[in-house]
Amino acid sequence: MKKNYSTHLLNNGLKVLLKEIHTAPLISSWLWYKVGSRDEVAGHTGISHWCEHMQFKGTPQFPASILDRAVSRDGGMWNAFTYFDWTTYFETMPADKIDLSLRLEADRMINSLFEEKEVSSERTVVISEREGSENEPVFLLSEAVQNAAFRVHPYHHEIIGDPPDLKSMNRDDLYGHYRTFYIPNNAVMSMAGDFKTSEMLPRIRELYEQIPAGRIPPRVAREEPVALGEHHLTVEGPGETSYLDVSYHAPAADDPDFFPVTVLDSLLAGPSSLNMFGGGGISNKTSRLYRALVEKELAVSVSGGLVATADPFLYSVVITVHPNHQPEEVLAAFDDEIMRIQAEHTLSREITRAIKQARALFAYGSENITNQAFWLGHAEMFSSYDWFLNYLENLAKVTPADLQRTAQKYFRPQNRVVGTYHPTGVKV
Amino acid sequence: MRTATQPSLPGKDDITRTVLSNGITVLIRANYNSPSVVIGGYIFCGSLFDSDEKLGLAAFTADSLLRGSRKRNFQKIFDSLESAGANLSFGAGGHTVGFTGRSLVEDLPLLFDLLADSLRHPVFPTEQVERLRAQILTGLSIRAHDTADMAAITFDQIVYGSHPYARPDDGWPVTVQAITRNDLIDFHRLHYGPRGLVIAIVGAVNSETIAEQVETVLGTWHNPSQPDLPILPELKPLKKIVTRKVKIPGKYQADLVIGSSGPRRKDLEFLPASLGNSVLGQFGMAGRIGEVVREKSGLAYTAMSSLNAGIGPGTWEVSAGVNPGNVQKARDLILQEISRFVEKGVTAEELADSQSNFIGRLPLSLESNAGVVGALLNMERFDLGLDYYRHYPEMVRTVTPVGVLAAARKYLHPEKLAVAIAGP
Repeated sequence: MKKNYSTHLLNNGLKVLLKEIHTAPLISSWLWYKVGSRDEVAGHTGISHWCEHMQFKGTPQFPASILDRAVSRDGGMWNAFTYFDWTTYFETMPADKIDLSLRLEADRMINSLFEEKEVSSERTVVISEREGSENEPVFLLSEAVQNAAFRVHPYHHEIIGDPPDLKSMNRDDLYGHYRTFYIPNNAVMSMAGDFKTSEMLPRIRELYEQIPAGRIPPRVAREEPVALGEHHLTVEGPGETSYLDVSYHAPAADDPDFFPVTVLDSLLAGPSSLNMFGGGGISNKTSRLYRALVEKELAVSVSGGLVATADPFLYSVVITVHPNHQPEEVLAAFDDEIMRIQAEHTLSREITRAIKQARALFAYGSENITNQAFWLGHAEMFSSYDWFLNYLENLAKVTPADLQRTAQKYFRPQNRVVGTYHPTGVKV
Repeated sequence: MRTATQPSLPGKDDITRTVLSNGITVLIRANYNSPSVVIGGYIFCGSLFDSDEKLGLAAFTADSLLRGSRKRNFQKIFDSLESAGANLSFGAGGHTVGFTGRSLVEDLPLLFDLLADSLRHPVFPTEQVERLRAQILTGLSIRAHDTADMAAITFDQIVYGSHPYARPDDGWPVTVQAITRNDLIDFHRLHYGPRGLVIAIVGAVNSETIAEQVETVLGTWHNPSQPDLPILPELKPLKKIVTRKVKIPGKYQADLVIGSSGPRRKDLEFLPASLGNSVLGQFGMAGRIGEVVREKSGLAYTAMSSLNAGIGPGTWEVSAGVNPGNVQKARDLILQEISRFVEKGVTAEELADSQSNFIGRLPLSLESNAGVVGALLNMERFDLGLDYYRHYPEMVRTVTPVGVLAAARKYLHPEKLAVAIAGP
């Protein structure tokens, strides 16, 4: 594939990836930090996400009200996300307005205030965000499954954090976290859109190279021991609908097994869209689990999720149980499908179909400049941009034997947590 | 630092608009920057045609279209779509059933064929209908425990009263149970047809060839029985603040929606109201509502206002998700902000910010094929003219603070609002 982007390392360690796309007068700029919920210890869970919220509370140069006003006035879109392995901030702006994004991100890499009163009001906002999620049965179930799947590794807790920590952390904790991890040599900038690299790079150097490098703290690296047996758990809560969450320990994104497991996901539960912005998805009504569970009226929906992470995370299948059936019956039918994929050689045409679906999803995502810039940086958080560029090629290399081997390796009962949501059944 | 060709906003000179002999309107805009194609459209057969006893019939019918046709069974339909990495879906609203699809450009003929086949020749297989019914009923049961959904439904019930817009398009468990397979067949036979059908296509396509393809698959469709849209009664305005609470035990958060009816999309007040709404609860971090409810008081993660304008009277509403112990406090703050908004309007500076945002965000909203399809359908549905987006910046700039205040006072009356709360 012809290289259509450039990579630059600034003197302070900031890595910059630039990709010119001249289809619309827009530029999307992202700043990624290698810090997320997996860098948190008990007592400080949720600190990365709360810290991300505080980054919108202003600096001396860009007070909070000025910051969002400036971006919005120019017709920009901006936001931030915290994940297990990373935290990212982005602005997509009309091309002639992108300098504002560059200035504000350089500024808040080092000058955010984290004022006491802002910390205080944001505490209840974050707690409210968590309570909104707790209203959803599937959140409660997946949190319990995640907790059970990781006893040792810091993927144990939800990104938003545990309620006692959200109540007890203080301004100094948050500011300390910010100053530790928000350093140029722990960051990656990714930019795509309507600019000339020869003009953009000097401007980036001018604004960012003066920010001093820091000492990158070692990552919490507590490897999850191999589970000694299948784990079942139940969660009870309001509603009339039962759910199942079956989660297997899965390979990390840069493990070669990630690609066969991606194809397995596609065959079992339908193709997953990798795009964060735009593109939409493809339905999963001909997937094996849909046919076995939904078409047989054991379930009303099924979805699969494999995420690209730096360390091994989970492959999760979430099933909404049919009102006339019990979760145990659904699990038995699910297991039959797992055994089938482990026992039989998948037809190569099924793999070819999965590749075509992935190619279509790639094409849909490429329409959107924000999505292009997202991938330019996101892949750097767990591997490199080459991972993204070679993604389709690596999927195409997957053989029926690879699928059988990885299905047998990962989809073992001893390697999974089965969570069941039991509704308490109060009719509204 | 811009270097490249700036694609112009869609307009008369690059949109091909064709009306087929059977009344179908086809809108096409080429975009050779993308290897994919998006189609979208609508047909006037929404839930307004439903009786109270069988509310949800239009939605059930729309959901059944891809469950089997004369040419293909359910598995064959989705095998064709999913093997191509394409998608196609239908969904009912009040006035219309909308459809949307997307594929790689090489698979567009397949997408057209599936669209035409499912619109014209669905067969409603009994087994599939019953399977779908169970899925719909489960969805309604989940909805009954969703605080945001129930607050929104309750809000519409208060604002619209006896007007048909008060009814949820999906219906209720008891009305969905009452629908028979014959009802679906009859609803389709009577209401689905080419009259009023609009389809927009955007992507790497040649306008002429594409119009011919649409003609081939849909041009011979006729249905003389298609009824006119039902005549809607006048909306009766609220006479006082009406509060209604839905108790949903066991939830961690309550949702509240406060507001009233709003302008129609074609009303002159729509644009001033839209800019005013931006100041009230959209601009930056959700405007004044975001500032007061979230930023200053820390009461909610989501707090915003929205203006929902369509063919008939819309809604103008403020919504927030808050801890159950903070409902009253959030309600009071929101009512206070609405009163201030109606009393003093917006400042010239606030309006200028939102005007600049509305104009500046145009390229972003029209960057993708899906965004342009939405714009084409918007222009057609509300008769805005094909040059609407070219004139849009000028129209936005002419709105004044006085215009915004007049629109706010016409629709929002602080002593006559609907307050809907759903939570534990």
